Amino acid sequence: MTGEVVLAARGVTKHFPVARKGRQVLTRQPRAVHAVDDVSFDLRRGHVTALVGESGSGKSTVARLLAQLYPLTSGDIVLNDVPTKVKRGKSFRAYCKQVQMIFQDPFASLNPVHTIRYHLTRALRVHHGRVKGEELEKGLASLLERVNLTPPERFLDKYPHELSGGQRQRVAIARALGADPTVLLADEPVSMLDVSIRLGVLNLLRDLKERLHLAILYITHDIASARYFADTTMVMYAGQVIEGGDSETVTQEPAHPYTQLLIRSAPDPERAHNGVPTVTTAPGEPPSLISPPPGCRFAPRCPYAAEKCRTATPPRFDLGESHYAACWLYDSKTTDEHPRRDTVEVGA
Amino acid sequence: MKSALNGKTIAGLSIMGFFVLIAIIGSWIAPYDPSAMSSDIMTPPSGAHWFGTTQTGQDIFSQVLVGARGVLVVGLVAGAIATVLSVLIGVTAGFLGGVADEFLSALSNIFLVVPALPLIIIVTSFLPDAGDFLIAFVISATGWAWGARILRAQTLSLRQRDYVEAARATGERTWRLIVFEVLPNLTAIIASSFVGTVIFAVLSVITLSFIGVASVSNWNWGTILFWAQNAQALAQGAWWWFIPAGLCIALLGTALALINFGIDEYVNPRLRTSAGGSKVKMRVGFTPVLRQEGGRS
Repeated sequence: MTGEVVLAARGVTKHFPVARKGRQVLTRQPRAVHAVDDVSFDLRRGHVTALVGESGSGKSTVARLLAQLYPLTSGDIVLNDVPTKVKRGKSFRAYCKQVQMIFQDPFASLNPVHTIRYHLTRALRVHHGRVKGEELEKGLASLLERVNLTPPERFLDKYPHELSGGQRQRVAIARALGADPTVLLADEPVSMLDVSIRLGVLNLLRDLKERLHLAILYITHDIASARYFADTTMVMYAGQVIEGGDSETVTQEPAHPYTQLLIRSAPDPERAHNGVPTVTTAPGEPPSLISPPPGCRFAPRCPYAAEKCRTATPPRFDLGESHYAACWLYDSKTTDEHPRRDTVEVGA
Repeated sequence: MKSALNGKTIAGLSIMGFFVLIAIIGSWIAPYDPSAMSSDIMTPPSGAHWFGTTQTGQDIFSQVLVGARGVLVVGLVAGAIATVLSVLIGVTAGFLGGVADEFLSALSNIFLVVPALPLIIIVTSFLPDAGDFLIAFVISATGWAWGARILRAQTLSLRQRDYVEAARATGERTWRLIVFEVLPNLTAIIASSFVGTVIFAVLSVITLSFIGVASVSNWNWGTILFWAQNAQALAQGAWWWFIPAGLCIALLGTALALINFGIDEYVNPRLRTSAGGSKVKMRVGFTPVLRQEGGRS
């Protein structure tokens, strides 16, 4: 793999406390939503890592944890080989000079009362001291040019509501670049945009990654865009990473039953054409994250669930170069014949 | 901020401007000393005394002109102090949350149930020469809590917005988040609560003067009504004694209410966009829908 690791998650866990009502105050143990459990991965320079999962799987929480907007419950965030825990003030500024975040909704992430100039000026001033005059103008123009908003003077004095969704998201990206970061955390950067401009924004991000040698965490619920855009893909379900590997392998030869179903659920004109019956049902819905099921969290819905799946949490099993899945089906000790993905193929 | 002005707001602002002008220059343009007695006793409006005279021959027109200052000074000062207090306490409580929020909310709830008028009466009767500013302080101390509650609620909603979170992720400090990200989005509410408090303060100071609690040698519209009541002006048919002051109070209240309406319309972002220069009216059902006969096969 290319590039050195800049930011890494090591067993990152986040539990949100749940308010107790009435009698529970006296009787029950404090409860928590297990939003993210024991997630580990590396972000490398010049490398896009995708985090795929359905709504509520904890992927946005991972982004906010990495941006240090929420405190961790346990685990470590390692920036340049140094475990970093920052709260407010100077250390937080130093951290977010390195790690910047792009929010999902460009209609909400820019303050309606400020101009584009204000947003970008702040991004420059927060991290580069009091830039003024000529230098500031140059900085603003180069930021807007980097995100292909040209000519810059046409955009600088506009208010967010005067721009389209794609333009706003570009401004949001420019604002993140204002800090000269090494890591970009993109929390569903294109999901709120019109389909016709998604590709443009993704290509812009890819271009920036190459020119500025950025490490990008790309969070999405669209596994097809992960295949297009990301070098590595991880799949999250109910707060845990259940499969990971390079994007081509994960999307073409998914190992975990959930990933297989996820890919099956994407409409594929070829498959429909061949008349292959698509048995893509996994009855039920994601488990309650307040009291997650013991064992594998996908077990209650999994068509291959065995007794063991309901009692013990599967560790990661390596499936060849950098591809792994957290599923008991790949435990070589328990099964003799090693049921690899070819025998597990759904609905074939 | 452009085009927030509509008919109502303009009317409100011009009446308000008129009264402010009177408050500034009233004591200079008054034709008589408002306290000076004369031999024209209880005369109806005439060329010499536009609004007539009192039982002791004082010129009512001069009293109304001079009295405007006390009313407006107390109203605006009390409104300003109360607004500053409510912004400080409400926005801080809403933004910080947790124990600070609990404490500040409890504080504003206590002030909310403090009965304003009795408290002011007690305070002013303890301090016999209570000037305009002291009365303004007491009124603002009892009048800030409503604004604080409204601002706290709105701040609670605003601090969760993505743009505040995004500014935090950019590396902004907490005070900058409050002052430059949250506060500008609260301006309309703050302005509206300021106007509301001014109305409350104006009515309070007039009430105080009318019931004779505030010092009656300081002329304001309430004082005029106090003397009119004392001399049983209505029973004597001296309508000119109380109607001008009453009309002024009503007009000032109307002006403030009109300004408030204007602000209310400005708060509503839907009204804001349609007021902005080009008039684009959206039609419901504007999206073209392609209908095929027989539906899809």
